[in-house]
Amino acid sequence: MLNLLWGAMIVIGVIWGSLHGTLGAVTEGVLGGARDAVSLCVTMLGILSFWSGILEIGERAGLLEKFSRALRPLIRFLFPGIPKGHPAEQAISTNVIANMLGLGWAATPAGLKAMEQLDTLNEKKGVATNAMCTFLILNMSSLQLIPINMIAYRSQYGSVAPAAIVMPALLATTVSTIVGILAAKAFERTWP
Amino acid sequence: MNLILYLSDLILPFAVFYIVAAGLLAGRPVYDDFVNGAKEGFKTVLGVMPTLIGLMAGVAVLRASGFLTFLAAFLARFISEQLVMPELISVILVKLFSSSAATGLALDIFREYGTDSRLGMAVSLMLSCTETIFYTMSVYYMSVKVKKTRYTLPGALAATAAGVVMSLVLAARM
Repeated sequence: MLNLLWGAMIVIGVIWGSLHGTLGAVTEGVLGGARDAVSLCVTMLGILSFWSGILEIGERAGLLEKFSRALRPLIRFLFPGIPKGHPAEQAISTNVIANMLGLGWAATPAGLKAMEQLDTLNEKKGVATNAMCTFLILNMSSLQLIPINMIAYRSQYGSVAPAAIVMPALLATTVSTIVGILAAKAFERTWP
Repeated sequence: MNLILYLSDLILPFAVFYIVAAGLLAGRPVYDDFVNGAKEGFKTVLGVMPTLIGLMAGVAVLRASGFLTFLAAFLARFISEQLVMPELISVILVKLFSSSAATGLALDIFREYGTDSRLGMAVSLMLSCTETIFYTMSVYYMSVKVKKTRYTLPGALAATAAGVVMSLVLAARM
């Protein structure tokens, strides 16, 4: 996907530039863009290393398990088709909590495990079950509570208040997740 | 809105405090844990660096050639500028496929219009509350060989649309 996208960016940019006589600016653009990327990474090295350090403390202190246990009742409500105590429950709650905390590396393995477990409950292989649809919609509705990357980008580009987006982003994420859940619940009844 | 900005400032310090306090209460060597985690974060950033260099140079080529301006003007003909700023449309579309490419476009907006402008705020929020739908769906469904995805896509698009609308509404009020 990215190969096509990136390739198109470069090809279109250069062709467009030669048609409109902006190739000089294109050269400057390449050099400037590459330089900007490096200085952005320097800022991110500080902020993201700090944040992953903090998250590691949280994980070692058992917060991941504690939160995923607290999430169980909600999981039961969202996925009525999963038998109580099925391993899918655990995998889903770990995935959701890891996504909320922005622990991508913990979220994806748990998510794939959840899919595998949900597939053991699937009677029509190759066709998504209600639980799979709901799980992925929830996952893709964006769950991250603190958008740490965006705060780092904003700080690099001179924002006077890089963290000002935390609360509004939380609101927006909550609304998108609620809409996702409502859509999933509505489709669940009507979709063939 | 003031309350929201005030809470925004509180959340990050509070989260850090809460986590470190939990670590101390659990009797963990918190600084050792911190350093271990920070090493991982360090590696992650170094890992994405080549991707970012490629994408930011790519976006810079599009911007410098004048193509991005043309694209925005072209999109503006179909959609009322009052509703969605044309620059945002390309970010939203790209975000459905690739998070890093969308970040490249967002950083371009930051440079051109500033992070705290209405456009800068809207794009900050938008990228914080949406996911790379097509990428995620293909990875997860491929892992269990599911071909018929039923209502996953419409459901995910509904959630994304809600996030985008919320971002625009909130950015307009800040």
